[in-house]
Amino acid sequence: MKIEANNVRVSYGSEQVLKGITMSIKKNTVTAFIGPSGCGKSTFLRCFNRMNDLIETCKVEGQIMIDESDIYHPKVNINELRKSVGMVFQKPNPFPKSIFENVAYGLRINGVTNKKYIEEKVEWAIKQAALWEEVKDKLKKSAFALSGGQQQRLCIARALAVEPSILLMDEPASALDPISTTKIEELIYNLKASYTIIIVTHNMQQATRTSDKTAFFYMGDLIEYDDTRTLFTNPKKQKTQNYITGRFG
Amino acid sequence: MRKGEKFIEAFLFGCSALTLLTTVGIILVLSFETIGFFKDVSLIEFLTDTQWTPLFSNKRFGIMPLLAGTFLVTAISLVVAVPLGLVIAVYLSEYAPGWFREIVKPVLEILAAIPTVVYGYFALVYVTPWLQELFPDQVGGFNALSPGIVMGIMILPLISSLSEDALYAVPKSLKEASFAMGATKLQTVRQVLIPAAFSGISVSIVLALSRAIGETMIVAIAAGQQPRLTANPLVPIETATTYIVQVTMGDVPYDSLEYKTIFAVGMTLFVITLVLNNVSFWLKKRYTQAYR
Amino acid sequence: MEETLEKPEKPVSRKKPKMTFESKGRTVYYQLQDKIFKYFALAATSLGLIVLVLLLYSVFSSGFDRLDWDFITSLPSKRAAKAGIYTAWTGTLWIMFLTTIIAFPIGVSAGIYLEEYSSRSRMSNLIEINIANLAGVPSIIYGLLGLEVFARFLNLGASVLTGSLTLALLILPIIIVSTREAIKTVPYTLREASFALGASKWQTIWNQVLPASVPGIITGVILAISRAIGETAPLIVIGALTYVPFAPTSPMDEFTVMPIQIFNWVSRPQKAFAENAAAAIIVLLSITFVMNAIAVYLRHRSQKKVKW
Repeated sequence: MKIEANNVRVSYGSEQVLKGITMSIKKNTVTAFIGPSGCGKSTFLRCFNRMNDLIETCKVEGQIMIDESDIYHPKVNINELRKSVGMVFQKPNPFPKSIFENVAYGLRINGVTNKKYIEEKVEWAIKQAALWEEVKDKLKKSAFALSGGQQQRLCIARALAVEPSILLMDEPASALDPISTTKIEELIYNLKASYTIIIVTHNMQQATRTSDKTAFFYMGDLIEYDDTRTLFTNPKKQKTQNYITGRFG
Repeated sequence: MRKGEKFIEAFLFGCSALTLLTTVGIILVLSFETIGFFKDVSLIEFLTDTQWTPLFSNKRFGIMPLLAGTFLVTAISLVVAVPLGLVIAVYLSEYAPGWFREIVKPVLEILAAIPTVVYGYFALVYVTPWLQELFPDQVGGFNALSPGIVMGIMILPLISSLSEDALYAVPKSLKEASFAMGATKLQTVRQVLIPAAFSGISVSIVLALSRAIGETMIVAIAAGQQPRLTANPLVPIETATTYIVQVTMGDVPYDSLEYKTIFAVGMTLFVITLVLNNVSFWLKKRYTQAYR
Repeated sequence: MEETLEKPEKPVSRKKPKMTFESKGRTVYYQLQDKIFKYFALAATSLGLIVLVLLLYSVFSSGFDRLDWDFITSLPSKRAAKAGIYTAWTGTLWIMFLTTIIAFPIGVSAGIYLEEYSSRSRMSNLIEINIANLAGVPSIIYGLLGLEVFARFLNLGASVLTGSLTLALLILPIIIVSTREAIKTVPYTLREASFALGASKWQTIWNQVLPASVPGIITGVILAISRAIGETAPLIVIGALTYVPFAPTSPMDEFTVMPIQIFNWVSRPQKAFAENAAAAIIVLLSITFVMNAIAVYLRHRSQKKVKW
């Protein structure tokens, strides 16, 4: 068991957006969170690296265990946690730095100064993100010079460079063209061997193509959670059925 | 009806064209008298002589001492205002709770609304005596340090406000990306936000610099009236603006060479601030393009 | 059919977990740096506030005792204890009044033209860059312009009118920019509605656009005027006097203003005059702050009331 959520409730001020989610996610699998906008899937994703803590009015209750340790325990160091739980965002958000420095960022903020080590790590991470061939000759160029899809893979490389064990992806391909999307999906599939991946997506085909398990959220509840194939071919709940056949959402 | 509309439009156009006329007027007036000045004084002397004594019997016309005074006070003000203003901007945009920011930002902007003659009073009556206590027997009654510090306070809100706006304009997604990597706020500020907001921050500094160079009353009151080519902040000096005030307060006949000197000095000031302003426009254009 | 998933209310245990994410040396070090910086930055921010308080306190403590009715109604004098600010504040009022009636119509008209009439032509581009540049010209340069053009060339001398014309040019960019900002917030649909009713362009501006942008325009004008009454240097340069025994009674009279009176008193070595200066500063600051407060209030109110 890699991740275990136990009755997780989240509220913004008086508005409850997650009403008690319990689920467990196995190591080295890809789990997709699907559901209509505002169903709480992104909020739930942000519980795993405690990004919700940045919002003043946000309150998280319940328990989340990663590797059998409670990440909301008072002794947990939030910065340490985020170093082991990487995140990729909806829109590519490279820093206004060179391609190289973007990937080296995580190492630098960890105080790594060994130049050789940084170079090796950066190359390794960019290769992991299947971007090396495209950028190896222009590492010193600004990250903004890359295409949207390349920028997103750069952001994945940036997250991988510090070797997290979990990768959270918040609709990572929603701002990209179909070809870039395919590349990201392939990448997700290949990264599964070394990382536990959770991906939030609007796109049900994407969920079927990339994930082992799928969780369907609706109005702050986890409606159904099953093997991806089972959930899409033989859903047990009516709501899931309605959603995957496109009757709402 | 139609005719009336046309007339109104012509009137409105005339009003906005008046601003062009103002600029033309400034340039013409300054050029006219400055050319008159350079009929009597060579440009070489103006730029290279190290003495400025047009009001003495032994007249020398080197602008350098006045510019040295101007830049000395300006440099001191920037030394005070830039670090302080940046730290305040970072604090208000990244660390302070919302209510604190809502209150403190406008309160700090009060500093920019205070008439400069009040700062002059503060410099001469409070800061100078305080400096004299701090460094006994070294600080003159007039000096560059005291007005420099006070001017730094005057331009502080310019830097803190505009830099805060620039930091605030950095897309939230960059901040999130950095926090998600496990960076602290300080690391995020230093490595992501300040580089990303760099041109906006430089705009604020250039504008503050331009304001400081053109500032008159603080230095006229507290810096003295002794043109002097020095980097010593503890002795009396004279800035370009103070010289203009000094001459116009006296009884100088029109068309005398002394009268023309103030226009030559004014021209110098005008050119310097014009260049600085356009540098800031250029920087601003660059940073509005950065995230489009 | 209501579908709910079972929510086992298992007691949340926070006891003796395996701690994978406990603080490590490096992180603690960076977090400590962050914390230290936070308090340092708070101190720096407070310093800015403290200086403001100190400045106000120093002025009030040395000037407050001097401030009485006699001080406000007395003419200037060579004896500090007898001197007052009567000529100074009447001069300031004259300047305020004349500057406003000169700058307000011109500035607002120019703002309307640039926002409503001018197309994106080279001319309007030029005017825009020009206004931005004018806003950055040191005020003393405006003084030189006023001295040469109004005082000398038009032979107006060091009169209230010369001073007002000079300051009007100085604050014109501020009024123009704030007028444009105010007009910009009026939605285009309002104009369309008016045009659809057959109104002409000017009728639309006069009846729809201007009324909707009045609070914003007034705010800008008040801030500009408050800037004008604090100005000293350009008025000294045009030749405004530091000692005027009579209050001005016409725009052609010579004059002094509050900031010049303060400058005059500060420049004297006797301590009694410094106290006079402080008392006069209290009056000047009060005017400035009241005007700024009105402007802030107006802006706040208009932002609240009109939600487009």
